Amino acid sequence: MAAELFFKSIAELGALLDTKTVSSAELTQAVIARTKAVEGRVKAFNSFDEADALAQASASDARRAAGQARGPLEGIPVGLKDVISVAGQPLTASSKMLANFVSPYDATVTTKLKGAGAVIWGRLNCDEFAMGSSTENSAFGPTANPWDLSRVPGGSSGGSSAALAAGETIAALGSDTGGSIRQPAALCGVVGLKPTYGLVSRYGLIAFASSLDQIGPFARTVEDAAIMLGAIAGHDPLDSTSFKADIPDYRAEVKRRQGPWRLGIPKEYFGAGLDPEVNAAVERAIAFYRAQGCEIKEVSLPHTQYCLDTYYIIATAEASSNLARYDGIRYGHRSKDAKDAVDIYFKSRAEGFGAEVKRRIILGTYVLSSGYYDAFYLRAQKVRTLIRQDFLNAYREVDALLTPTSPVPAFKLGEKSDPLALYLCDIYTIGVNLAGLPALSVPCGFTTGGLPIGLQLIGQPFAEANLLAMARAYEQAHDWHRQHPSL
Amino acid sequence: MTMSSAPDLDIDHVAKLARLALTTEEKAKFSQQLGDVLHHIEQLGKVDVTGVEPTAHAFPIVNVWANDVVRPGLTVEAALRNAPAQRDNMIVVPKVVE
Repeated sequence: MAAELFFKSIAELGALLDTKTVSSAELTQAVIARTKAVEGRVKAFNSFDEADALAQASASDARRAAGQARGPLEGIPVGLKDVISVAGQPLTASSKMLANFVSPYDATVTTKLKGAGAVIWGRLNCDEFAMGSSTENSAFGPTANPWDLSRVPGGSSGGSSAALAAGETIAALGSDTGGSIRQPAALCGVVGLKPTYGLVSRYGLIAFASSLDQIGPFARTVEDAAIMLGAIAGHDPLDSTSFKADIPDYRAEVKRRQGPWRLGIPKEYFGAGLDPEVNAAVERAIAFYRAQGCEIKEVSLPHTQYCLDTYYIIATAEASSNLARYDGIRYGHRSKDAKDAVDIYFKSRAEGFGAEVKRRIILGTYVLSSGYYDAFYLRAQKVRTLIRQDFLNAYREVDALLTPTSPVPAFKLGEKSDPLALYLCDIYTIGVNLAGLPALSVPCGFTTGGLPIGLQLIGQPFAEANLLAMARAYEQAHDWHRQHPSL
Repeated sequence: MTMSSAPDLDIDHVAKLARLALTTEEKAKFSQQLGDVLHHIEQLGKVDVTGVEPTAHAFPIVNVWANDVVRPGLTVEAALRNAPAQRDNMIVVPKVVE
């Protein structure tokens, strides 16, 4: 059984830790050993600090022995996407620009996880500055999908989803700007939750697009995702967009809340480009909910076709502004060839950023530039209002929406070299970010080729407890989450 | 919206605004790729946005005040730890004015 510790859920491990069947040190050792065994093939981590993790685990065991265990995350290894600060540890955003950067402070989510007793375990690979849908844009090389090493794990939080699927961590955090938690969760067969905008503090998260970014959990089960969300949610004075919302006991609520629910099927999410096997798996999930007595209703989100364009204007505009801070002066890469102070900006940025980041900075700068602002950025913000209104209109009739998470299962590394083709991978996830809504991906089957498929549930603002309860109802009746890749 | 000007992205001008030195190859490649993206974006011009207010944040929170009190922050050493070049608790840069 000890060999399988790294595939257990937080809830299962909590019981083993509580009864002193295993210690956090033993669990952390098992995760480290597993990581060393498979990481050469999966390549999920940018860095990890074994001695630091073991010291945290020993401290956790000491707390437990003293009767001071802090809750369900006590002694549980949790990996963080390499855009979330951990004081004294590297923070790279998978970019050459920050290759040697060391975090001066903890992100609020890191502080909260440490306060909950979790063992912070490693920094996980991602697309550079979280820009991408395959983790191929990392300056340090791509991560492989544990279910098929020739395929991508999704992105941008592909290191988080791959590490979890491969047993290299027990849970993880990612960030989601246009689907960067849910899509990799779907492609790797794990649960991924993007909370409502403002529920989780962004303090200490490297900014990509500030009005869209949210940190959220990756977990093996819906209950684990609820435990993780409970640990990281809550108002933070250090993030001025943080919302003063009531934080329920998600774990308890998820078990308590029962359906039936009224579920909407947005017809625009089942059109051209949807893989037939993904479609079939989602249809079976819809049939499950119907059989459980849920009211299934077709709804329309008429501005869906404009989500992608709206997103790429707003996200790149905000990114071009946020990434202006990387100027080679105070921190980050500084060019050695610069002629003068101003030349430092041009050359440091040219040398430090990868192709996709440069493309998005150029596009974002263009749409904000004089003469184009009204036509692009302002117009996109207005269409964003209409997109958000579509969702709120649908919620007059239904409690949540059911859709595929990704139109396709994991694709081959190097298969999508055209930026626009890759952007189209996000069509079912980006509307949620524009509208600021919570959404999660839960495993709902496999293709005939053995690739995971994800079901997306999109909820009402701050209705995470309901959303998780719906997902758990499905998960309880299926065993997709108990299957693991053979590595 | 008048999108007729969309595809004529002046890559030199925009790269200068973005303080980004691009190679000749990058300029050619990005111009073509972003031309495709801008062509796709042109369809936003079809949406009727008459009388629609822009959304900057899904849940706008305005006037977030904080008390003006001193709080502990980073030490000078910690703040300068990631500086590419430093001397005497200052960041070193090339001469700005000749």
